[in-house]
Amino acid sequence: MLLATALFDVLLLADWNTRVVVIGTSMLGVAAGVVGSFLVLRKRALLGDTVSHAMLPGVVGAFLIMQAFGGGGKNFGGLLLGAALAGVLAAWAVPVLRRATGLKDDAIMGVVLGGGFGLGIAMLGVAQAVPGGNQAGLESFIYGRTASMVQSDAIGIGATAAVTLVIAILLAKEFRLLCFDEAFGRALGRREGWLDLGLMLLAVTVTVVGLQAVGLILVIALLITPAAAARFWTDEFLRMIAIAGALGAVACWIGASISALAPDLPAGSIIVLTLSFLFGISMLIGTRRGAIKRLLQRRDLRRRTGQQHLLRAAAESIEARDADGWALKDLMPLRSWSGGQLRSLHRRAVRRGDVVRSEGCYAFTPTGRAAANRVVRNHRLWELFLIRYADIAPSHVDRDADLVEHVLGESLVSELEAMLGDGCGGLRSPHAVGTHHDA
Amino acid sequence: MDRPPSNPVTVARGAEHDPDAALSIHDLTVAYDRRPVLWDVDLDVPAGCLAAIVGPNGSGKSTLIKACLNLLPRVSGDVRVFGASGRSSRRRVAYVPQRETVDWDFPVSAHDVVAMGTYGRLGWLRPVGKAQKRAAMRALDRVGLADYAGRQISQLSGGQQQRVFLARALVQEADLYLMDEPFASVDAATEQAIVEVLRALRNDGATLVVVHHDLQTVAEYFEHLILLNMRVVASGPMEATLTAENLRATYGGRLTLLEQAATALGRLSRDR
Repeated sequence: MLLATALFDVLLLADWNTRVVVIGTSMLGVAAGVVGSFLVLRKRALLGDTVSHAMLPGVVGAFLIMQAFGGGGKNFGGLLLGAALAGVLAAWAVPVLRRATGLKDDAIMGVVLGGGFGLGIAMLGVAQAVPGGNQAGLESFIYGRTASMVQSDAIGIGATAAVTLVIAILLAKEFRLLCFDEAFGRALGRREGWLDLGLMLLAVTVTVVGLQAVGLILVIALLITPAAAARFWTDEFLRMIAIAGALGAVACWIGASISALAPDLPAGSIIVLTLSFLFGISMLIGTRRGAIKRLLQRRDLRRRTGQQHLLRAAAESIEARDADGWALKDLMPLRSWSGGQLRSLHRRAVRRGDVVRSEGCYAFTPTGRAAANRVVRNHRLWELFLIRYADIAPSHVDRDADLVEHVLGESLVSELEAMLGDGCGGLRSPHAVGTHHDA
Repeated sequence: MDRPPSNPVTVARGAEHDPDAALSIHDLTVAYDRRPVLWDVDLDVPAGCLAAIVGPNGSGKSTLIKACLNLLPRVSGDVRVFGASGRSSRRRVAYVPQRETVDWDFPVSAHDVVAMGTYGRLGWLRPVGKAQKRAAMRALDRVGLADYAGRQISQLSGGQQQRVFLARALVQEADLYLMDEPFASVDAATEQAIVEVLRALRNDGATLVVVHHDLQTVAEYFEHLILLNMRVVASGPMEATLTAENLRATYGGRLTLLEQAATALGRLSRDR
């Protein structure tokens, strides 16, 4: 009960300090989601990781320099400036090393990331031997320190993130072209190089700000996971960016709230875990590319295929026997289906109103007849096309047509009709009906 | 062949360039990693014609197009478009890249991609407005894709994707069109549709330079021919240029020395 009240207090931001921290962090989540989308679409997802790891020597270096000049080394702005400089250096080093060595980007990023982080850890050892080094909280940059964040930190984070966000949104149209087709942009005479630099600076800014919230190891998740999750929900650039921003905000809101509630839980990992959870949900139920959506689509296709097989088999059986209806045993040899499958296909056809049943015999309804005619016609059009234009032997086309006919759209069918010069429904099967089917 | 053996027909060598040419390339050399892929290219394409660039794989056809657009660093040389060079001349040039150069899974619609052709005039920060959207729709209609405007581009067939790129070049409303294999892996019907569009553009006064890979159709589609194999083998009007002699020189195996030299240069730069 007490916990529930406390949770309520936090989520509704009853406490002033919590409110500022949560809002600031959420702002960061939006900015990271948006800028991260550009990185993902530009296929630079790992650049963020390289930059963040390479920031550690910058932070520690800034501390040591400030200490040496008697500044006490605790100036937070100074530490972040060091991080930003190191990040820019790393982001700049990647293309330079690529040109100089001819190595691929992923190898170079691995080298820069490892080298930078290794150097940072070594320097951290040195810094902790320096008087005051232990209290400077340098290690908090590795794992983040949302819990101990105070108002001024949060306002700084939120304001920086907001500025980044505004710039990113203003340049969204330019980033769309840069990410999709940079060469075309340059062919238009646009200065894509400057834009690329701008994107890199936005990424460095978000990373520096993110260091405080989630730490340098996990900041990559803040950039990449919302964008990756957003892709499951939409096929549209601006919508993807908006969704990524929203997911980032939600995760940061929840993570920062829980961390305010239970200061022992590391906020960074909670934010990232929330994001991973949201990613998992999106992967499952995303309305564009989610797993369930794909499963449903596959099931629909399978059902439609089954129905069309039944309609065509029945029509061909009627045609061959010159009869009005059919029994299950008439269709059995036309296709390799089991009695159970055939019965269930018939049940569904009756339910759809394509077929009626009387005394163990089946017949088409008018709508079923029309549907069957359409299916037979598509099948034969496609077979004719394969024989005439693709030079496939008549004895083989039935199986090929079998695969394709169920996905023929209307435009394709009319194109086929125009090509094969046949306006009426009187198409005959180009091969003898039934001869090809394996019983 | 009753034609006497002669040197390949070459037009506009040296510094005597046609001042009215739509595209004039002087002494262009391009190298990847110091390995030259185009040597000393000199050519003029007269205004208002349909010109094909033809040559074997790896002969530098795409490289020539990209170098004209400043997409590749040049070792030497100078490219003029209607007598002008530099960034300002780029407004008069439209570009159709190869289809494989982009990721078709990208979250944009056919209409979005075509609208990108207006970004050059639009400049930074100005959003795509009604006029641009209408222009994009018109261009899609011209290539027969008006019904597919809202489709995400991965749901288009290869030939449709190729036509989206063509439509994007159309909205650039350029005077010179540089196209890199617009007929690659499209079916016969799409190829005819694209040829119609190209002819309509030429009839409206535009100049088109098209990388083409099919010698069967090159004389039917184009009036001007550039035969390329690391250097210009021949360049001129179709009938005078499309000769057995020139084709042998373009596709024959006489270039091994030039290629070996290029490879050696490339290796040298990498060892250093």
